[in-house]
Amino acid sequence: MSDIVLEARGIVRDYHIGGGLFGKPRTVHAVKGVSLKVEQGKTLAIVGESGCGKSTLARIITMIDEATAGELFIDGEKVDISSGRLSPEMRRRVQIVFQNPYGSLNPRQKIGDVLMEPLIINSDVPAAERRERAMTMLTKVGLKPEHFNRYPHMFSGGQRQRIAIARALMLNPRLLVLDEPVSALDLSVQAQVLNLLADLQDEFGLTYVFISHDLSVVRYIADEVMVMYFGEAVEYGTRDEVFSNPQHSYTKTLFAATPRADVESIRKRLAKKAA
Amino acid sequence: MALLEIENLTVTFETASGPLKAVDGISLSVKEREVLAIVGESGSGKSVSMLSVMGLLPWTATVKADRMAFQGRDILGLSPADRRRIIGKDIAMIFQEPIASLNPCFTVGFQIEEALKQHMGLHGQAARRRAVELFEAVGIPDPEDRLGHFPHQMSGGQCQRVMIAMAISCNPKLLIADEPTTALDVTIQKQILDLLMRLQAEQGMGMIMITHNMGVVAETADRVVVQYKGRKMEEADVLSLFETPQHPYTRALLSALPENATGDRLPTVSDFAIEDTPYTGASA
Repeated sequence: MSDIVLEARGIVRDYHIGGGLFGKPRTVHAVKGVSLKVEQGKTLAIVGESGCGKSTLARIITMIDEATAGELFIDGEKVDISSGRLSPEMRRRVQIVFQNPYGSLNPRQKIGDVLMEPLIINSDVPAAERRERAMTMLTKVGLKPEHFNRYPHMFSGGQRQRIAIARALMLNPRLLVLDEPVSALDLSVQAQVLNLLADLQDEFGLTYVFISHDLSVVRYIADEVMVMYFGEAVEYGTRDEVFSNPQHSYTKTLFAATPRADVESIRKRLAKKAA
Repeated sequence: MALLEIENLTVTFETASGPLKAVDGISLSVKEREVLAIVGESGSGKSVSMLSVMGLLPWTATVKADRMAFQGRDILGLSPADRRRIIGKDIAMIFQEPIASLNPCFTVGFQIEEALKQHMGLHGQAARRRAVELFEAVGIPDPEDRLGHFPHQMSGGQCQRVMIAMAISCNPKLLIADEPTTALDVTIQKQILDLLMRLQAEQGMGMIMITHNMGVVAETADRVVVQYKGRKMEEADVLSLFETPQHPYTRALLSALPENATGDRLPTVSDFAIEDTPYTGASA
């Protein structure tokens, strides 16, 4: 099978916390042996509470951090991020969009420069073409050419997330890691960004690793779901399997905790309150 | 009798580019023991209207209202000193960012006792005992020990519990919760909402729940006000809002919920004709 874009085998990540004056050094096991596989054009959603290691895993997949143990394959090629071993071509293939669109854009950089920077660093595309590509990408993500010379503070949260997505797509990646891309956004804007992601996936045949703690979003966007709990993948399967028949107790807790917005459960709650 | 009545509230901010109307003619009321949810996206003026009730807006804001009364008593005309006697005691507020709304330089115990000193006249041992009671009420384990902790030593959920303890410390009649669970995980959100609803029922408080999460509305509210761009779009009891939403904006909000997705793409607010349909004034 050649169309597996991302494969991870037994990824482990430990953080060593050095002892201070009085403290003993200790080790935090952030990710404890996670394996996964994602086919091209599919979306894998990783769900879990804060501190469960899902963002650490995202950083390893994006080749920002190194795994303590385990192997990572992008397009079947083994990844080794120790210095000089990773080609710009590999870097190009995986891009990331962060949670907070207010923090992930440089306030002193114009939007056009934000979009052209990945091309300057990773490719030798001439200036005129860089500009052209950035303009095209702006319109692709639903912004206008006149936004090219504006600064990030002139945009709303949803627009900034569009910019972050556009920046990630500038190098035509194979895999896009989305670290809670919509959790800082309003409901209506969230819907627009989710639609945009779906459109882009269709157009470019992108593969997504979508990190979220919002189950209703996951149910909407994911093909496969992985539930993480204290660094372990406690549940991993297709969306329908996980949602219809959750196995692990944490997954069940998660489902029970998700607020339900259907008329039936409101009726039940009001009846309970009246009693 | 209505606990809080607001009629035709307008809040204008003086900005460099001229006046900006953040709240434009909002009227609402909360009865005793009632949970009112105010729903809207960011910039809809939902927080600003409640901050104006608390008197917490900066000086650049001009607050005008035909009537703003708490338990039948006008609060806009009160002197600042008289107003402070109500704010924090009879009306308490919980904010969105629990870690940011606590003072990092003082222990949580000091901060909760401060409110007790100010409003309840409790000092020393009596204040400490009451603080321990409150921590037990909001479910913080090992309360005596925890009172000596600083905010950075606690998790987000724990800090929100401290905020809630502080808000209910003076037995308020009205609790305003401004997005109390937005910064929290789903499982912690459930715990905090359960806690708030339990305290509301036990103490018979009126409550205003500001949120943009329709799930939270469905789980907590008796009555709902939908706000958009500073104006009220719809007001209805929670069941009829979800069953038969009247205003296009409400319909747009409900259909933008990912769990209600029917087709390939989610409908967004721009798919609905909202601007042409002002609020008609009909309410349940």
